[in-house]
Amino acid sequence: MTSEIILQAIVTGLMMGLIYALIAAGLSLIFGLMEIVNFAHGEHLMLSMFSSFWLWSLFGLDPLFSIPITILLLAFCGVLTHYFLIRYILKAKMLIQICATFGLSIFIRSIAQLLWTPDFRNVDKPLLEGRIEVGSVFIGQPQLYASLVCLLAFIGLYLFVTKTETGLALQATAQDRHAAEVLGIPSNKMFAIGWAIGLGCVGVAGGMMANYFFIFTDVGINFALFAFVAVALGGFGSIIGCLYAGVIIGLVESLGGLLIDPSFKLLYVFVIYLLVVIYKPQGLFGRY
Amino acid sequence: MESKLIAAKSEPLWNTNNKVISIVGALVVLLFTIPLFGLNSFYLHLFIMIFMHAVMAQSWNVIAGFSGQISLGHGAFFGIGAYATSFFYMQFGITPWISIFFGMFISAIFAVLIGIPMLRLSGHYFAIATLLIGISFQVVFQRWDLVGAASGLWVTMTPEDSWIALQFHSSKVPYYYVFLIFFLITFFVVWLLSRSKLGYRLRAVRDDPQAALSLCINVSNYKIIAYVISAMIMAPMGSLFAQYILIIDPDRVFNIEISIIVLLITVLGGIGNVWGPIIGASILIPISEYSRIYLGGTGGAVDLIFYGLILMIICIFRPNGLISLIPKDILERKKQR
Repeated sequence: MTSEIILQAIVTGLMMGLIYALIAAGLSLIFGLMEIVNFAHGEHLMLSMFSSFWLWSLFGLDPLFSIPITILLLAFCGVLTHYFLIRYILKAKMLIQICATFGLSIFIRSIAQLLWTPDFRNVDKPLLEGRIEVGSVFIGQPQLYASLVCLLAFIGLYLFVTKTETGLALQATAQDRHAAEVLGIPSNKMFAIGWAIGLGCVGVAGGMMANYFFIFTDVGINFALFAFVAVALGGFGSIIGCLYAGVIIGLVESLGGLLIDPSFKLLYVFVIYLLVVIYKPQGLFGRY
Repeated sequence: MESKLIAAKSEPLWNTNNKVISIVGALVVLLFTIPLFGLNSFYLHLFIMIFMHAVMAQSWNVIAGFSGQISLGHGAFFGIGAYATSFFYMQFGITPWISIFFGMFISAIFAVLIGIPMLRLSGHYFAIATLLIGISFQVVFQRWDLVGAASGLWVTMTPEDSWIALQFHSSKVPYYYVFLIFFLITFFVVWLLSRSKLGYRLRAVRDDPQAALSLCINVSNYKIIAYVISAMIMAPMGSLFAQYILIIDPDRVFNIEISIIVLLITVLGGIGNVWGPIIGASILIPISEYSRIYLGGTGGAVDLIFYGLILMIICIFRPNGLISLIPKDILERKKQR
């Protein structure tokens, strides 16, 4: 075990963590707005990777260029989700909300399995390929660019939510739905925007990951699990918390896998989750 | 006021509507006589699956419906039960009749160990933690060589039917009766629970933890009690399922689908109601088995599409489950005039 291997693991974990952070940010944004956890988040990620794959396979569009289309598709998907499912269960009990989004996740995953079979697919010869060597550390190019794009998207999301007028309206709705409506901010529209942006984030992450990750119908489950953990770790509803939590999870995953045993990496993340929520139930940066 | 209180206290707990008693009695008799009609083994299998899933859903109903904690990893206890009987039978030759109780005991211990730190979490935090627990159990069992790792346990077959080893190869009828009896016992126990002081306290914990606390109900203790009871109901079903199929592996008995289907059945039938899981299971299991026969079989998950769709529709239109379609006065106790 040399320091180079550990450095390598840290770099890998950091790059993965940035992707988790963006996926979790979408989840957190939706939760902060309407206190609904989207248990279909992993399936939305799967959809975005498949959209990227099909655009490549049918139209020969490289995943790098199809990202805007993927984002739009996913945002549209988010608006549909809000319109057909979420707006009916806004006032329901938490249990019903969990069950409804859980049902959505089963539905999307099994439809995908029916349409596309559970085969593993990957994008052949994308533009981003190969690796670069920095000192003694090897960095895969697609992984590097994926994490950089995710970081950029994250910063963009953060600036959007804190600086623009729509973002402030979103925040107002998150804080007090009724007070915001009195001030002329239509909460229903804000929710739809929230879903569109939340799933748009997933679109970015999925589109970039399609470059180097295997694409199959169950791909979302693990990512969604880590995203849930990241959101709870960072504190439900806090976007900046997701960045820290995502990076922590990425590092724990890769360092734990290196130092102990890679097949139990889920357990290490779980232990971290338990430790944090038991000692700090509202998460690292939580409001609740 | 005083006289009403005395009347309420003198009323026995099991005083229920005569109509309900006679309907339930008739149904029980019918269920006991069904194998005599000479049904083929598919229908027996269907009934066995309905009983099994009804009990599993009932187990989830105790923790989620009565005490309001949403567990998304309940398959863990199912798997523990399944592994307990198979492992003790194969290693030490202990009859499943005894090791069912080992399974219950181990599940109860795990429920306490998991419950003490985690039931302090509330709402979404608990749901996510249990989701992780269910998957962690699967991951651990997949790599645990003592219990066969990923290939699982293949229970040694007895050459002939045996009540001691709880294996029947020639007919499904004995399995039918075993599952039926467990089903009836579980439902009776949960029905008593729902009407006991414990049941009312659990519902108080669910509806308003702070008010419950102010009435000297130790909220976290009662949540743990509910979790333990729920785990102890789940484990025997895993044990019986292992005896029924005789091959278990982590992907089957710790599958996340188990945790999903118990949730689905309960929500479909009516959560927090003793009858909900029965209604849910007897509607959903036939749908799933038939759709698997006519539409599935090629790896397409058609039955799962139905599950997802049904779950969403129920959540939107009937959040209280199908039981809310039945007029209330049939199910409630007769009003004292």
